[in-house]
Amino acid sequence: MSAVLLAEQILNGLQFGVMLFLMSAGLTLVFGVMGLINLAHGSLYMIGAFAAAAVAGATGSFLLALVAALAAAAAAGALVEMLVIRRLYDRDHLDQVLATFALILIFSEGTRWVFGSFPLFLDIPPWLSGPVTLPGGIQYPTYRLVLIGVGLAVAGALGLLITRTRLGIRIRAGESDREMIAALGVDIRRLYTIVFALGAALAGLAGALVGAIQSVQVGMGEPVLILAFVVIVIGGIGSIRGALVGALLVGLTDTLGGLFLPRLFALVMEPSAAASVGSALASMAIYILMAGVLIWRPTGLYGARA
Amino acid sequence: MRRETLFNTALCLGLVAFPLWAQATDQPFLITLATRAVILALAGVGLNIALGLGGLVSLGHAAFFGIGGYAMGILASHAQNYDPLIEWPLSIEGTTSMPVIWLIALAASALAALAIGALSLRTSGVYFIMITLAFGQMFYYFAISWPAYGGEDGLSIYVRNGFPGLNTLDPLTFYGLSLAMLALGLVVAWQLARSPFGLALNAARQSAMRARTVGLSPYGLRLTAFVISGTLTGLAGALFADLNRFVSPTMFSWQTSGEIVVFVILGGVARLFGPVAGAVLFVTLEHVLGGVSDYWHIYLGALLLGVVLFARGGLIGSICGPAVRHD
Repeated sequence: MSAVLLAEQILNGLQFGVMLFLMSAGLTLVFGVMGLINLAHGSLYMIGAFAAAAVAGATGSFLLALVAALAAAAAAGALVEMLVIRRLYDRDHLDQVLATFALILIFSEGTRWVFGSFPLFLDIPPWLSGPVTLPGGIQYPTYRLVLIGVGLAVAGALGLLITRTRLGIRIRAGESDREMIAALGVDIRRLYTIVFALGAALAGLAGALVGAIQSVQVGMGEPVLILAFVVIVIGGIGSIRGALVGALLVGLTDTLGGLFLPRLFALVMEPSAAASVGSALASMAIYILMAGVLIWRPTGLYGARA
Repeated sequence: MRRETLFNTALCLGLVAFPLWAQATDQPFLITLATRAVILALAGVGLNIALGLGGLVSLGHAAFFGIGGYAMGILASHAQNYDPLIEWPLSIEGTTSMPVIWLIALAASALAALAIGALSLRTSGVYFIMITLAFGQMFYYFAISWPAYGGEDGLSIYVRNGFPGLNTLDPLTFYGLSLAMLALGLVVAWQLARSPFGLALNAARQSAMRARTVGLSPYGLRLTAFVISGTLTGLAGALFADLNRFVSPTMFSWQTSGEIVVFVILGGVARLFGPVAGAVLFVTLEHVLGGVSDYWHIYLGALLLGVVLFARGGLIGSICGPAVRHD
């Protein structure tokens, strides 16, 4: 194995990780502030991807497609929050799980009804396609490098939003004491809608960005959603920093596990058996990571409450 | 509670009468449909022990359902190909005998439930939901990437497995077997709820701290309930695989976990016959709405949303009124 391959895989892991972060940030914010577990977060990811594919198909502009993805996911998020989610804040987690499971069914079948069962394709714009040469002679796709950049930029912006702005102050206050900030005159219902729409927009952005390197299809959101759950379980629910660390850990574990495990088993087994055992174990690697973190620290790396 | 008893009796009579009617009017398809409902009900009865009695919202019960299914698939495929399961240190053949397959499915899902439960129950609440979901998904990806037993394509069995003295190829006989297993599951759940163990588990659900104060161990109680729950769901998985003569990673998917939870909720949480009513309603809806529209999941979603937001207590709760609960 060459150093170039390793560097490429580390970059792939980072790219996967920052996209997972965009998903996890919304989930963890919504849980931290409203105490809500939202299974339909994956649907917002899907809505972002479909909106981007539709707009890119109609206008040919990738930037417009991204704007559409953000707007569509945020609008869908705000709408769902006002119609359904709002009624769930006082309910137990079981009701939240079921209602948002019902939302997945409605969103998935609704999208299939509008767009059909065939996957759509979202092309990488010409000015971002093709490889770029990194120091050390590594050829790496420009688009994936841009994804890493965008993801890290969003993480930074989100950090500033939470720590430096008035909205961030309210979000943090909402996390620690809901009744008190309502008593201080903050319109808590509007705050909840804004937080939910913000999380939805991040998921939609992730869907559109990843949609350009995968196909855009119904059901694309749920596998990512479950990985995002793993991320926030590892990072600690409610913590943005935990989500970032967890997402990068999961991204790197998944990519490097797929690279190393089959080779590791090839040292002691015949190649075909090593490939199958290695790839089967690689597909389980992130869950083993999660189990390990749980044994060590049941509330996650940065989690405070159970 | 009298109305609920009446409802349960009617449900039982219906489960016996419907397939006989289908047989008499020569509609074997409906018997298969009823078998599906009965087997899914058993999976729900299993989950209800964790969910209703123990208050453990598991979104990973597809893991046990799938393990039961694969236990059947692996054993039967080895037997049909005359290919020993293992040859060293001693040669073990596959089998096509249902009782043996069931025992192995029970043991395998119990072991898996013990491992998953021991880890997941270190946490509670929303962490528990996400972790069970993630473990379910782990089995799903494992089944997809393990090529020995069909990988993504799944595994087909040519002939339904046998039961000593019975012809399982006859739809009505297989229905009877499945119904007997469901009855067994219901008896287990009923006795469990009345037993000292069930009462202690209920206490731990209502207040873990009080339970600890009187000397109970919530972790031990919950883990035991989770294992029993997963085991029953595993048995349902073995039956389900035999019904379809096919197992695939879909049995492990998160949608399967979600649907098992839906059976319990549609019928009514923490009611003995809740999962049965829920599974019957689900299969009926699937059949009727599936015939009306390809997009029947939209209607299912809307119905589910309505039940959660407005009709708490599910089908039995809306018909029979709220349960007598002391919490």
